[in-house]
Amino acid sequence: MSKKDNVTKGKITGIIANLVMVEADGPVQQNEICYIVQEDSRLMSEVIKVMGTTAYIQVFESTRGLKVGDIVEFAGHMLEVNLGPGILSRNYDGLQNDLDRMEGIFLERGSQTDALDHEKKYDFKPIAKKDDTVIAGDWLGEVTENWLPHKIMVPFKFKGKFTVKSVAEEGEYTIDDTMAVLLDEDGKEIEVTMVQQWPVKVPIKNYREKPRPFKMLETGIRIIDTLNPIGEGGTGFIPGPFGSGKTVLQHALSKQAEADMIIMAACGERANEVVEIFTEFPELEDPRTGRKLMERTTIIANTSNMPVAAREASVYTAMTIAEYYRAMGLKILLLADSTSRWAQALREMSNRMEELPGPDAYPMDLTAIISMFYSRAGYVYLNNGETGSITFIGTVSPAGGNLKEPVTEATKKAARSFYALSQDRADSKRYPAVDPIDSYSKYLEYPEMVDYLKQNIGDKWPAHVQLLKDALLRGREASEQINILGDDGVPVDYHITFWKSEVMDFVVLQQDAFDEIDAQTSIERQKYMLEKVIDIYNTNFNFEHFEEVNEYFKRVIDQLRQMNYTEFKSDQFHQFEKDLEQIIEERKA
Amino acid sequence: METQAFQKIHTKINEITKATISLNASGVGNEEIALVNGRLAQVVKIIGNEVTLQVYGGTEGIPTDAEVIFFGRSANLKVGDELSGRFFNAYGEPIDGGPEVEGEEIEVGGPTVNPVRRLQPSEFIPTGIAGIDLNNALVTGQKIPFFADPDQPYNQVMSMVALRAQADKIILGGMGLTNDDYLYYKNVFDNAGALDRIISFVNTTEDPSVERLLVPDMCLSTAEHFAVEKNQKVLVLLTDMTLFADALSIVSNRMDQIPSKDSMPGSLYSDLARIYEKAVQFPEGGSITIVAVTTLSGGDITHAIPDNTGYITEGQLFLRHDTDVGKVIVDPFRSLSRLKQLVIGKKTREDHPQVMNAAIRLFADASNAKTKLENGFDLTEYDRRTLEFAKDYSEKLLAIDVNIEVDEMLDTAWRLFNKHFKRTEVSVKKDLVDKYWPNDSEE
Ligand SMILES: Nc1ncnc2c1ncn2[C@@H]1O[C@H](COP(=O)(O)OP(=O)(O)OP(=O)(O)O)[C@@H](O)[C@H]1O
Ligand SMILES: [Mg+2]
Repeated sequence: MSKKDNVTKGKITGIIANLVMVEADGPVQQNEICYIVQEDSRLMSEVIKVMGTTAYIQVFESTRGLKVGDIVEFAGHMLEVNLGPGILSRNYDGLQNDLDRMEGIFLERGSQTDALDHEKKYDFKPIAKKDDTVIAGDWLGEVTENWLPHKIMVPFKFKGKFTVKSVAEEGEYTIDDTMAVLLDEDGKEIEVTMVQQWPVKVPIKNYREKPRPFKMLETGIRIIDTLNPIGEGGTGFIPGPFGSGKTVLQHALSKQAEADMIIMAACGERANEVVEIFTEFPELEDPRTGRKLMERTTIIANTSNMPVAAREASVYTAMTIAEYYRAMGLKILLLADSTSRWAQALREMSNRMEELPGPDAYPMDLTAIISMFYSRAGYVYLNNGETGSITFIGTVSPAGGNLKEPVTEATKKAARSFYALSQDRADSKRYPAVDPIDSYSKYLEYPEMVDYLKQNIGDKWPAHVQLLKDALLRGREASEQINILGDDGVPVDYHITFWKSEVMDFVVLQQDAFDEIDAQTSIERQKYMLEKVIDIYNTNFNFEHFEEVNEYFKRVIDQLRQMNYTEFKSDQFHQFEKDLEQIIEERKA
Repeated sequence: METQAFQKIHTKINEITKATISLNASGVGNEEIALVNGRLAQVVKIIGNEVTLQVYGGTEGIPTDAEVIFFGRSANLKVGDELSGRFFNAYGEPIDGGPEVEGEEIEVGGPTVNPVRRLQPSEFIPTGIAGIDLNNALVTGQKIPFFADPDQPYNQVMSMVALRAQADKIILGGMGLTNDDYLYYKNVFDNAGALDRIISFVNTTEDPSVERLLVPDMCLSTAEHFAVEKNQKVLVLLTDMTLFADALSIVSNRMDQIPSKDSMPGSLYSDLARIYEKAVQFPEGGSITIVAVTTLSGGDITHAIPDNTGYITEGQLFLRHDTDVGKVIVDPFRSLSRLKQLVIGKKTREDHPQVMNAAIRLFADASNAKTKLENGFDLTEYDRRTLEFAKDYSEKLLAIDVNIEVDEMLDTAWRLFNKHFKRTEVSVKKDLVDKYWPNDSEE
């Protein structure tokens, strides 16, 4: 980062929508932040291209009324976020303005609000001691943010080794108080507060090692956990045509996933969907901790009616916040809905700058941009041996629902698990509409993950899951045959195979996101029910005629679904189970 | 539009395209409006001292020495109670022979509502049409289009929805409306004695197509005025958004933008979202609900216009002619109201969600049976029952001429279940079956 002594200024020479050309009077850096000075406000912008003395800037606000000749002031740094206690439970816009602190009903242009609370006092406990040698990212002390042990770290921008001269004593401090004094290698004193800045487009890499994900992140969603689990620190993506359930699935993840903190980037999607979170999360309980969901959630909202240029920033802001909390040894789940809108924002700018377009007019380097972003997720060993993780799951909104389009294809190269939502399944209301056959999790190919599953769920688990997948595939084949040859054109066995796979589909794969009990399934329960359907799968049944098969299995499914809707191992649950056993006995060979 | 004395007048145009003109001018603001030989225009690009304007009325007959008068501000509109019952063109000028409106001037296309100042939509909008209320309940603050073939009766259904919706204001935005349809709306609103609640901004097929671009902003700025200042429930009807998008593509192509899919501008998603996202529920009770029409070409919903719309709106409604019963129905498979779960079973009876799902599932079974039949296979006894059910369901619930209360829709559905199926075949939670299954005749 180059620090400049003289602030560079400039004048507007051209305006095309939110792309503005500026004649600069001094040095300008790529991605530098600048402000367009208006009578009553300053409009934040970012340099995205420099040609000679002309800087091309994207304005994060409406450009209505801007004129040629308007003054621009360059800030000397890239787009940065403020990192410190007080980020949790906040609702930010894509540039980390606190939305709750903005006045009025409307987002007035140029209004900026503090990301952090400078008055609030936090309880501080020191961790580092005098004379300790520390480097960037090391923990100096800890405050409690909501309930979370928030580490005060050596700022990530610090280069080299430092000696701790002093650390503040236990007590109450504001975020701007000096929490530690460090000596650099030349013996120069440097004061550290609770707040630091970091440029969002640069990954925070203050960790020792980044192993492959080897643990599963429990989500409570059967079609993910049982079928294609996501690794803690892993990456996944959910492509699907409109209305197929991407957002509902992401919201379910945000409510249920076994993570310390959830960061949701609402990126160019509907405002009402963010409002749903604003409304529900302060009320809903996190079943594991009894705390309110909002206490572990931070929202970055750049909804589709908010300035397009800030959309790109929003995903980076979210990722940087995730990296900051990961460095404290926490388990973060980062969700972005929808990454296609971010790619479209890139496309709009690229087109305005008349760059050579790639496929579907997206910028040529789209694949590189997407894979760079996904690579910031991961499970890490910090310098002190602790671990932290960012699991990232993005949605993709392919044009026309066609997965052969640039954003989906680029994302497929970057993300390791793939949850393809199918129009057919959504149409037949088989929710979540994840296609069980096209979807995959590369993590299942990692031996260390398989070992983890065996140890933590059961020795037979991977084999059972494989059996489930095979059964689904066989069921699909049988159904195709039945469709071609007709109900009585195939042996009764085909119907049995098909209906056994339907049992698995209805009982394991389908899950009602809006039912209090069914919405979330513990691993213990997932195991119990999987074994139950596998028992049925392995049972031989006697049927004379195919019509009996259909009717019989509908009863079986109905009984199992009643179980899914009742509290696990409650009296009623066992009653349904008993009734089910009776039904099974009726036809058992 | 009167001009003021101090405004600078330019008379030398450098370039003229079908929708834009360029000239040298200084001190001009981005998005500022101007008159070009009396036609409204807006600044869309400034490079150095060359300013490009989009001319809403089209550039036919504009000479290079046309008079260009800049207004020094962006577009605005006069709003007030006098708007009620009136018909205006895309510029907000009366087309009903009435007087100019006097009122408060507001900026058109103003800023975005802060999402934390919104309220989650939660008020059910009953329409009496079971295909909507039962399966796709609408909620205040929602935005939803009809995806319709041009020959379908979407304007009729829209006007029915509008009149039954109990809105304080209904704002009709007509884009490329045929004169017949314009008169149809006028007539229906008149006959319903509802004219005092209705404000219309209409661009007909006889008006220049680029003018359409103004209509949504006119409607929604007016809607915002009534929803924010008067806490009113406002329903905005936009028909036809496909013609709006076509006008967008005309302009962007004139400006040498690289077209993306289906020769639509790459910014189509943002352009449409800016409009639809004006739908909102405010905490003080005011709301804006948008019901729109997006006509399809050849039923293709993967075309960029319906596709982008689908990604923005909170569901979509499809009409279909059901040949088995000879009626237009609201297609239960492809239609979806995304906000319905905020009200069904909460503002309506508890069995609503499960009854809705069960009926659609059985209707799907019927459609499978139909496929079997068409492929020449034998039907099972169950298949035959589903077909019987489907006919009843179409006729008594899905048809757009149904006009009943929600409880009656639910009761009707239970009666049909009872008539055609066994309790275990409907796959509804046991306690609901026990409570609502009609007990006159088991099976
Ligand atoms: N798991 C589920 N259970 C029940 N209903 C669901 C489920 N998932 C999706 N739906 C239904 O589908 C609708 C659309 O889902 P959602 O909003 O998640 O789609 P989406 O893929 O995010 O669409 P878009 O791309 O337009 O944002 C929901 O409003 C709901 O009615
Ligand atoms: Mg969505």
